[in-house]
Amino acid sequence: MITGFDVAEVTRSDESLRKFLDSLPNIDKVGLEARAATLASRSIKTTSKQAFIDLAIRMIDLTTLEGMDTPEKIHTLCAKAMHPDPFDLAVPSVAAVCVYPDLVSLAKTHLRDSPVQVASVATAFPSGRSSLAIKLSDTKLAVEHGADEIDMVIDRGAFLAGHYYSILEEIVEVKGACGPAHLKVILETGELQTYDNIKKASWIAMLAGADFIKTSTGKVNPAATLPVVLEMLYAVRDWYRFTGEVIGMKPAGGIRSSKDALKLLVLVNETLGTAWLDPNRFRIGASTLLNDLLMQRHKLLNGNYSSSRYVTID
Amino acid sequence: MDLHDYAAATESTNIVTIQSRYGLYIDGEFCEPASKKYFDTINPATEDVLSQIADANENDVDRAVKAASRAFPAWASLPGSERAKYLYRIARILQERAREFAVLETMNNGKPIRETRDFDIPISVAHFFYHAGWADKLEYAGYGSHPQPLGVVGQIIPWNFPMMMLAWKIAPALACGNTVVLKPAETTPLSALLFADVLEQAGLPPGVVNIITGAGSTGSALVEHPDVAKIAFTGSTNVGKSIMQSLAGTAKRLTLELGGKGANIIFDDAPIDQAIEGIVNGIYFNQGHVCCAGSRLLVQENIVDEVLIRLQTRMSTLRIGNPLDKNTDIGAINSRAQLTRIQELVNAGVSEGAEIWKCTSELPIKGFWFAPSYFTNVTDAHRIVREEIFGPVLTIQTFRTPKEAVEKANNTPYGLSAGIWSEKTSKIHFMATHLKAGVVWANTFNKFDPASPFGGYRESGFGREGGRTGLGAYLKEVAS
Repeated sequence: MITGFDVAEVTRSDESLRKFLDSLPNIDKVGLEARAATLASRSIKTTSKQAFIDLAIRMIDLTTLEGMDTPEKIHTLCAKAMHPDPFDLAVPSVAAVCVYPDLVSLAKTHLRDSPVQVASVATAFPSGRSSLAIKLSDTKLAVEHGADEIDMVIDRGAFLAGHYYSILEEIVEVKGACGPAHLKVILETGELQTYDNIKKASWIAMLAGADFIKTSTGKVNPAATLPVVLEMLYAVRDWYRFTGEVIGMKPAGGIRSSKDALKLLVLVNETLGTAWLDPNRFRIGASTLLNDLLMQRHKLLNGNYSSSRYVTID
Repeated sequence: MDLHDYAAATESTNIVTIQSRYGLYIDGEFCEPASKKYFDTINPATEDVLSQIADANENDVDRAVKAASRAFPAWASLPGSERAKYLYRIARILQERAREFAVLETMNNGKPIRETRDFDIPISVAHFFYHAGWADKLEYAGYGSHPQPLGVVGQIIPWNFPMMMLAWKIAPALACGNTVVLKPAETTPLSALLFADVLEQAGLPPGVVNIITGAGSTGSALVEHPDVAKIAFTGSTNVGKSIMQSLAGTAKRLTLELGGKGANIIFDDAPIDQAIEGIVNGIYFNQGHVCCAGSRLLVQENIVDEVLIRLQTRMSTLRIGNPLDKNTDIGAINSRAQLTRIQELVNAGVSEGAEIWKCTSELPIKGFWFAPSYFTNVTDAHRIVREEIFGPVLTIQTFRTPKEAVEKANNTPYGLSAGIWSEKTSKIHFMATHLKAGVVWANTFNKFDPASPFGGYRESGFGREGGRTGLGAYLKEVAS
């Protein structure tokens, strides 16, 4: 069991990294899932629900990652990101929009000087199957076009083959290419499959300098299940305890209802505490979630649940 | 850890109707006790009086046993498939009324609604479904080709899981063709009395199940009644011993499920975050009012500091308070008497030089409360390590080798439960083979299933409840 470590020493060589990863305590599947299920049974009502809905809105990375994306869709997305409800300006803006690299500059133009960040996926998203050179140039393209945040994918093929050190090196390189942009590292937990794999990948990403660790691309199922999120929050908690450094966490994929979002916030609250109930430390990657949060918010304020025709489709 | 508070999410009590006074349920109807005496039953979280409960005396017990005796021949000769129908019906009605039972149980016991809703009532329902399945298959259960019921069984249950204990007792007894006189605990009679309503709804013939309320003397009268064929008791070791003395020399059969001082053993290769959950679940579940609680934590010496840090962090997130709030983790202690006993033992621990750590959450002013706590700097020679506290109090000791862990774990007069936390299967098998406990959990704790027999060694009692084995407590082996 780890009780402390030196990052430079751990990341010195393939051997030292492997030894460190092997020293991490294993995850018991049944126990992890039982704990996640208990936390999911928390009942968030009235004022807490109101506070959590607004917080969840502020944490959203409003995402569109489709081959069919159009300039108009990006325009809608940005307008909605800044003012999610055009009839109620008290609704806070979301944290960021998340798009493909070629749409970053367009998003930037629409968002102008608003606080909403532009996140771009990169590194041969979603599969991560390309050369390092192409991944780096993909990253640089997004950063040059003004991306504030980069959501990279790890090479799952390499991970499952046991090439942990090459993953670490790749993340370090991409981090270098990010410059001032924040780096989120997507593990694609649905392809790593076991909780022990997800634990190892989380630690590799943190050791390599990730600012955030992120569950999924949204292109693979299952994605951000509650046990996976809980397990990654444990990794973030331990990293903070041993290094004093804050790492953010971003579940993404399959988070559609307000109830899903509130469960995530409960997990964060009871694993990392209030300090992590902050868009700088926790993000939710989602597209349709925002509409349900707006409808729930409307219901809390007005007592009636509006039809989905009262919110925009994109 | 600084936690965001959740707004109150209180379960409504509107679903429950509590009568101002309850008689005894004998021969299919509620009747006045011959004693004419009643006692108050309260909500331990508020000390509010909920109702008045009949105090059954010897005459009442006699009436109940006679009613059960009269009902026995017809019930015992019903085909198993017909008895199964009643049991399925009871299970389904209980399931439909689950929320009502959960709320009532929380009000009368003090345990959190999250537990009654997600544990007590679902497990109770599962026991009725499970035993309904056995009722027409008894000849294949391994008790001879024509196993026969015993007759009238007297069942005395404790206050820590009132409804679940009722189910563990009544379901196998009825499945096997016995008739029942059940005495719920003095402090928690309400769910059993509401269960009488379920029996009515299910159309169970009068006298098959009789529910009599009272204190220790009612229990003694039941134990000593000559027409009772068997006593099943769950409760304290002291009362168990006196029951055994009083039955000695009679033909009555007996099963006892008594106290415990379970060891929860954490190795350095444990899945640590889940082990921490297992420690919390092992001792703080149901305020530690659990006979199979993991009340003695044994931690491999090289990780004890790390375990303590993680345990404290986790314990500081426990939500203590109104048991009807759906987010409450730790509810009220069941009675003033139990609270006094916990305090007395904890004080003994402190005065013996053990170091106590307590959750700092504010406790409600009314009602009976004790903050989840643990002791370090304790040894096998401390009273708090040897005696069952039956409260949210853990003792923490260390060990160095599996053999030492086994020796320490077995060094108790009890033998009900133990837990092992390790990712190494061969070590788990070694430990499970050598631990003297009726239940050994590996990488989990306090898990129950109707198919899994439960019971103890030594001063934790004898006999098993649940599974095929549990049927043996309610059957006579008869060859065709």
